[in-house]
Amino acid sequence: MLEDLERAYQNALAELDEVADQDALEAWRVRHLGRKAPLMRAYGRLRDLPPEERPQVGRRINAMRDHLQNAYEAKAHALREAALRRSLEEERIDVTLPGRPKPIGRLHPTTRTIRHIVRIFQDMGFQVFRSREVETDEYNFQLLNIPPHHPARDMQDTFYVRTPGAQEGETPPVVLRTHTSPGQIHAMRFYASLNPENPPPIRVVLPGMVFRYEQITARSEIQFTQVEGLVVGRNISFADLKGTLNEWARRMFGQHVRTRFRASYFPFTEPSAEMDVECFLCGGKGCPVCKYTGWLEVLGSGMVHPVVLKNGGYDPEKFTGFAFGMGPERITMLRHGIKDIRFFWSNDVRLLEQF
Amino acid sequence: MKVPISWLKDYVDIPVSVEELARRLTNAGLEVEAVHYVGLPMPEDTTGLDFKVSGLAWDPEKIVVAEVREVVPHPNADRLVLARVFDGQEEHMVVTGAPNLFPYKGQGPLDPPLKVVYAKEGAVLNDPYNPGQTMRLKRRKIRGVTSYSMVCSERELGISDEHEGIIILDPDAPTGTPLVDYMGDAVLDIAITPNMARNLGLIGIAREVAALFGTELRKPDTRLPEDGPSIQGRAAIRITDPDVNPRFALGLIEGVRIGPSPYEVQRRLRLAGMRPINNIVDATNYVMLEWGEPLHAFDYDVLRERAEGGAPTIITRRAQPGETITTLDGETRTLPPYAIVVADTQGPLSIAGVMGGQESEVNPQTTRVLLEAAVWDPITIRRVSKALKLNTEAAYRFSRGVHPALVPLALGRALRLMQQWAGGVVARDILDAYPKPHRDPVNVITPRDVQRYLGLNLSAEAIADLLRRLEFEVTIEGEGPDARLVVRTPPHRLDIGEGVVGRADLMEEIARLYGYDRIPETRLADELPPQVSDPRLEGETQVVDTLVKLGLQEVITYRLTSPEREARALAPGVTPPPEDAYVQLLNPISEDRRVLRRALLPNLLEVAERNARFVERQALFEVGPVFWPREGELLPDEPAHLAILLTGPREPEYWTDEAPETMDFYDLKGVLEGLAQALHLEEPLRFEPAQHPSMHPGKTAVVYLGARAIGHVGELHPEVAARYDIPYPVIVAELELAPLVDAIPERYTIRPISPYPPVVEDVAFIVDEAIPAAQVEQVIREAGGARLVRVELFDVYQDPEKLGPGKKSLAYHLTYQDPTRTLTDKDAAKIRKRIIRRVEQTLGAKLRGG
Ligand SMILES: [Zn+2]
Repeated sequence: MLEDLERAYQNALAELDEVADQDALEAWRVRHLGRKAPLMRAYGRLRDLPPEERPQVGRRINAMRDHLQNAYEAKAHALREAALRRSLEEERIDVTLPGRPKPIGRLHPTTRTIRHIVRIFQDMGFQVFRSREVETDEYNFQLLNIPPHHPARDMQDTFYVRTPGAQEGETPPVVLRTHTSPGQIHAMRFYASLNPENPPPIRVVLPGMVFRYEQITARSEIQFTQVEGLVVGRNISFADLKGTLNEWARRMFGQHVRTRFRASYFPFTEPSAEMDVECFLCGGKGCPVCKYTGWLEVLGSGMVHPVVLKNGGYDPEKFTGFAFGMGPERITMLRHGIKDIRFFWSNDVRLLEQF
Repeated sequence: MKVPISWLKDYVDIPVSVEELARRLTNAGLEVEAVHYVGLPMPEDTTGLDFKVSGLAWDPEKIVVAEVREVVPHPNADRLVLARVFDGQEEHMVVTGAPNLFPYKGQGPLDPPLKVVYAKEGAVLNDPYNPGQTMRLKRRKIRGVTSYSMVCSERELGISDEHEGIIILDPDAPTGTPLVDYMGDAVLDIAITPNMARNLGLIGIAREVAALFGTELRKPDTRLPEDGPSIQGRAAIRITDPDVNPRFALGLIEGVRIGPSPYEVQRRLRLAGMRPINNIVDATNYVMLEWGEPLHAFDYDVLRERAEGGAPTIITRRAQPGETITTLDGETRTLPPYAIVVADTQGPLSIAGVMGGQESEVNPQTTRVLLEAAVWDPITIRRVSKALKLNTEAAYRFSRGVHPALVPLALGRALRLMQQWAGGVVARDILDAYPKPHRDPVNVITPRDVQRYLGLNLSAEAIADLLRRLEFEVTIEGEGPDARLVVRTPPHRLDIGEGVVGRADLMEEIARLYGYDRIPETRLADELPPQVSDPRLEGETQVVDTLVKLGLQEVITYRLTSPEREARALAPGVTPPPEDAYVQLLNPISEDRRVLRRALLPNLLEVAERNARFVERQALFEVGPVFWPREGELLPDEPAHLAILLTGPREPEYWTDEAPETMDFYDLKGVLEGLAQALHLEEPLRFEPAQHPSMHPGKTAVVYLGARAIGHVGELHPEVAARYDIPYPVIVAELELAPLVDAIPERYTIRPISPYPPVVEDVAFIVDEAIPAAQVEQVIREAGGARLVRVELFDVYQDPEKLGPGKKSLAYHLTYQDPTRTLTDKDAAKIRKRIIRRVEQTLGAKLRGG
């Protein structure tokens, strides 16, 4: 009996070598380790042996079974490994193919720049104050120290709005605001209304759309945005103006950017100043963008004119203030190398999606 | 204003280079926009210069003052002559065609010789026939005569466009001197802001230069020569309205000979942008450019003739209705009633402050000149100049304000120059009507004011020193930070006010002269203002940000449009709003931008139309105001709107996928629902079938927020879509923003997640096709109660054979859950039964498969 078993055992080992897949392996297991396998049946036949032989033969059968079992498991493992390797190999992809595009929402570049400008001022305690776009001549000009026929009106070509009931030839009292400055009056009157006897200090930024009677060209537009700022208090000085705007410029254009202030003229500020920043494209060495001057004009500013303070409800004997204004489109053009201001309202998605 | 440096140097020494001068002036508020070099060496490197640079530098070796000693005929050409020119070292024979040398041809040696500009071989000059090009003089033959040098015209030297003849210099020009040393120049082009009207004359600029560099201002002699008989009784002045003509003065010079001015005067006038006329007119212009006070010269004899041989009475008055005058440019002009005229008893002589009349102007036969100096109301001059479109140098200055103290100075100076250039005797005295004397403001400031306003710590003396440089008279009373500086405004400035305004005006002068660059920098130390929030702005920002997160591109479009552009977005047969429904411009830039938009949608469609040529998929939105006139109100309503547009494939195309489906109504509805969810609106937006003039009648909904309709969403009407040439269905929405933003709750609470398992089951109802899905869902939710936590429509199905005609099947996943315990099968069955019963009863529905 043992000889038969030894033969079957050798046979099984030889067959296992030939097994190449999972199904064959399962068939092999049934054949050689299943209930009907010769080796398994041999346990039942141990009884037929003389008792003294039984332990020895039993041990041998156990040894053969364990060996076959181990061989089976080793084979199964090897087959699984091989199958996994094969399938991983088959699943290989071309990682250089393009990714699946996701639609990305974006802000208009003007909105982005306005938010950037405003965020920095907000960190310095400024709050946003908005006002209307169609304004009275009074708010757009007169209360800002620009009476009718003032030469400063030549500096701002104005769209006038037809108003029912206005006399022919009379100065039309309604305009599309030419600057965000009427917001200064609105802001001052609003804050003053909080406590007319003792008006509180003011620190606001006024972003918004403004309009000019111009031809639409690469350099001029009929509408563009401005961000204006206004600070009013009992101890606001020109040195504060310089400090505040320099802090802003350093955060907007780089920690090491240099600035300079030049005397200028605006009817609603005195003294007035233009602020230039060192050209951040060439580092001040001169390039086509800064027209080889090394400087870029970025904003106008000045101490709030006493007449404007008074018109806003602030006693110019007690209060001083400064104001400034800048053009987000101009700043966007400088920062991103845009040459044509018509870019902004053309909304060409091929350009917008680069922001 | 154009400022020739050589002229400026008559009044002030300039201790720095032209470029540095330009920089300092610019920083002080006199912005130098350009420098045109006329002879002086040009900067080699213009990097770092804030102004445009142009012009021609004259080589001192090769371009010199020379004398023409004789003019002889050219042997082979009638139109050319040969000039014997001495350049200080040797004589040359120069071929020239200059017509102004022809009168001297064959006259023999000239005594005195003519002073000219001589350019030697190799000199670089402007090419007179190729503007913008230069040329280098080379040796060549002209009609058999060798030529290697030339006598120059103004055009060749870059002085002016004059090329009719050569320059004939004044007789005292030093032969042999490099021309650049004799009259090399650079012209600063300075932008004069309205507050600097006092600097519309060279004296003003020179005063600024003197103040900036601490040098001395040299004023020319303005005393009246007074060598003739008195003017008294030979003319009279009558001012009818001192408000518009506060001062008017006349002087008289007799026995003048009209002729050209000295060459140097003509050169200066040209460089300053004026055309030389004759010695009398040039003197008036010269003094205007010098002092900023425009003058006007009358032919005295013409005035006497009009006064029938008597002494003329000069009257200043408003124009009479329909009054006309022929101005010296030959045009006959009808005057607006607010114009001021200088007239005599016969009628108007000139448009005051704007332009003289032709009849009484100085002409070659004039021998007696009555000279007017006056000041006029700036606003009136400005209006007249605008109305008549006469932007003369005089009107420019008067409309910005001329100080009346300049009147006698300018008169004295001009009469002096006339006498110098045209001979004659100047009458003793002037007639000076000054009914409304000007008072120069006196202001008081303290060092403390300077500290408070400028953040600058200066002593009273230091402040006084700065102001005195600009001719303010300053006296100091007291000491320390509260010392009083009493500051009297000098009699040439109208821009200094009184009280708080005057104080601010003085602060500007102190800051300018001290130098903006030297003022310290401080951080705001003042009290922080009350913090006021703007919930509308915060809400709008949230809306914009949410739409961006949902993958949409923000656009910003023109506020200005036309009714036609907006009507383009209306379906056929829809009547567009009338023109007066729009806010209209009085002075539009063009017909197609003549009103303010009433809606965002038409603009958004135009954007999509332009982009459709380049991209297939568009997902755009705009947030911004629209403008609606209000009955009886001066200002229109400016409500903020939100418009959204979707068109094209739902997803960008990708190589693995089937062609993606195109976006439809439900994509945009999904955007709005997502928006409402992100804003945490307390109740969801409701959509009900509706009509909109731009939209598909069967694919349009009105959007409700609570009980309020806030706008529409729908597919664009196919005929409208066709007009915009967009290849895919276009889905649009336009909503009022304020109600949406106002509905954003200040805070919201979170629903707890139940720890007990949910029961999910499916149910399908067959209902009439006409019943909106929203209604079915509403009934389900009401019947389900609090334990029905989720209703999810997963299938809509129509099949007349299986379901019957006019029927549809709606299938839902329903989720039941209880926050306090696990639901039993019995609980679930109860809810389910209740829902089915209610839907069947209220909507006539049938449970499918039930
Ligand atoms: Zn640069």
